Amino acid sequence: MSDLRELYQEVILDHNKNPRNFHKLDNANHSAEGYNPLCGDQLTVFVKTDGTTIQDLSFEGHGCAISKASASLMTSILKGKSTEDAFKLFDKFHHMVTGEMGSEPDAELGKLAVFAGVCEFPSRVKCASLAWHTLKSAISSGEQVSTEGDDL
Amino acid sequence: MSSLLKTHDPSEMNGLDFDVEKIRQDFPILHQKVGSKPLIYLDNAATSQKPQCVIDAVEKYYREDNANIHRGVHMLSERATDYYEGARKKIQAFLHAKHAHEILFVRGTTEAINLVAQSFGRTNLKAGDEILITHMEHHSNIVPWQLVCEQTGAVLKVAPINDRGELILEEFRKLLSEKTRLVSVVHISNSLGTINPVKEIIAMAHNQNIPVMLDGAQATPHVPIDVLELDCDFYAFSGHKLFGPTGIGVLYGKEKFLDAMPPYQGGGDMIRTVTLEGSTYNQLPYKFEAGTPNISGAIGLGAAIDYLYQINFSLATRHEEELLHYAQDKLAAINGLRMIGEAANKISVCSFVIEGIHPHDLGTILDQEGVAIRTGHHCTMPLMKRFGVPATARASMAFYNTLQEIDSLAAALRKAQEVFA
Repeated sequence: MSDLRELYQEVILDHNKNPRNFHKLDNANHSAEGYNPLCGDQLTVFVKTDGTTIQDLSFEGHGCAISKASASLMTSILKGKSTEDAFKLFDKFHHMVTGEMGSEPDAELGKLAVFAGVCEFPSRVKCASLAWHTLKSAISSGEQVSTEGDDL
Repeated sequence: MSSLLKTHDPSEMNGLDFDVEKIRQDFPILHQKVGSKPLIYLDNAATSQKPQCVIDAVEKYYREDNANIHRGVHMLSERATDYYEGARKKIQAFLHAKHAHEILFVRGTTEAINLVAQSFGRTNLKAGDEILITHMEHHSNIVPWQLVCEQTGAVLKVAPINDRGELILEEFRKLLSEKTRLVSVVHISNSLGTINPVKEIIAMAHNQNIPVMLDGAQATPHVPIDVLELDCDFYAFSGHKLFGPTGIGVLYGKEKFLDAMPPYQGGGDMIRTVTLEGSTYNQLPYKFEAGTPNISGAIGLGAAIDYLYQINFSLATRHEEELLHYAQDKLAAINGLRMIGEAANKISVCSFVIEGIHPHDLGTILDQEGVAIRTGHHCTMPLMKRFGVPATARASMAFYNTLQEIDSLAAALRKAQEVFA
């Protein structure tokens, strides 16, 4: 049960139940769809940027608690950040959920540290990182993202 | 059990009862822990576990008999050939086929369907022709037909199902037409457990001279199969779902169809003569078995079939029925649980969703309790769409599962509800 509580922390359960920024963004100038065929997670990330800064972002779709909470927290944290910083944060987040980082999550991850438990569950890494991959795709190309065949 | 038997000597009764604890001793993999919890394997529709005798048969083949078949004059080659062809005869008997050469070894059900789609389909289909399937097919009985439809201009027709997950037979009948060239239907659904009325389906199709293929991947481990009595034209199944090895499967086809069909793949063993200008093909079944086949797989599958005779298959299926009814009751008692697939006639497969918990989260929490189930779309995405869910959790039982394991499943589901409360 201790591992489970590590994975399903209160913050994650809360964001799953009451996802933030969970709507379509009408004035978005970037969007992309992300899909995880393994569990059927499907989400669309909407972004409004001025070229360097993420002015607003949101998401829509359905998925497991991990993917939904991850998208919810991501959209909460990245508002107002530069796209460059967002990508850097994604790298750190990815290192954390794949367990490539030491035992302590990077301080910059802040609230995102609640996903540290994911590294104990390799089959759930794709769920945690789906929103981030989709965001990256929305900003850089707008192509559909699928976690199938991904080396996550 | 009848009252007459109760008066008999108790030792005789033991012979007639299904002793699940004794059966479990035959499956070494079941006796392990997941973390600190005993493994409870309820993912049998994905693949079944292997009894020791199957593992031994494969090992013995490699240790004592390994050689290539059908071409050596040496002792090992003759022995390997005998065992391989012996396995074919065991499968012929298991399916009640008329001839051993109607049994083709393939990689699995998927390859069997692709073989029929490409060999029978490409030869017999032209633009506007139709192939009829149902809404509850596995992707492996959808995509091969879509491919051959793209190649020939034929059209794939889909018979609808009702909310209980049963084929609507009347609608199926209406979709049979003078354009229909083949019906390909799942015998038992992997996602729902529904047993399709295949005898009626075959009779309806044959009434209009349309051949029928059955996808028997889920049926062979749970119901006796008699292809002659069914009168089906093709029947496919996978060894690994029938307690045998992975990478081996079977396509049964009526001789008249197989004879008329061109080879599916070219290579060694499938030819009679080869010149640089052209080749002539071998007789059945070798025409369809190009290259060195999965010899150990065939031998392992033969051993699995021997095992099923040995344990008394009808008692095993009765035990599975008990497991199904017990699981249905236990699951129905869980608040917010919705069963997906409530056919009157079904096998021991329970697909469900629980309000407020995504199936993938359920799967992770159950795994922590040692309970292995499948979560996802089960390679039946159109079926998931039909029921309005992205995915389900699926517990699928085999005869080596116990009532106590169902209790553990229910307890683990309640634990998941606690986590998500």
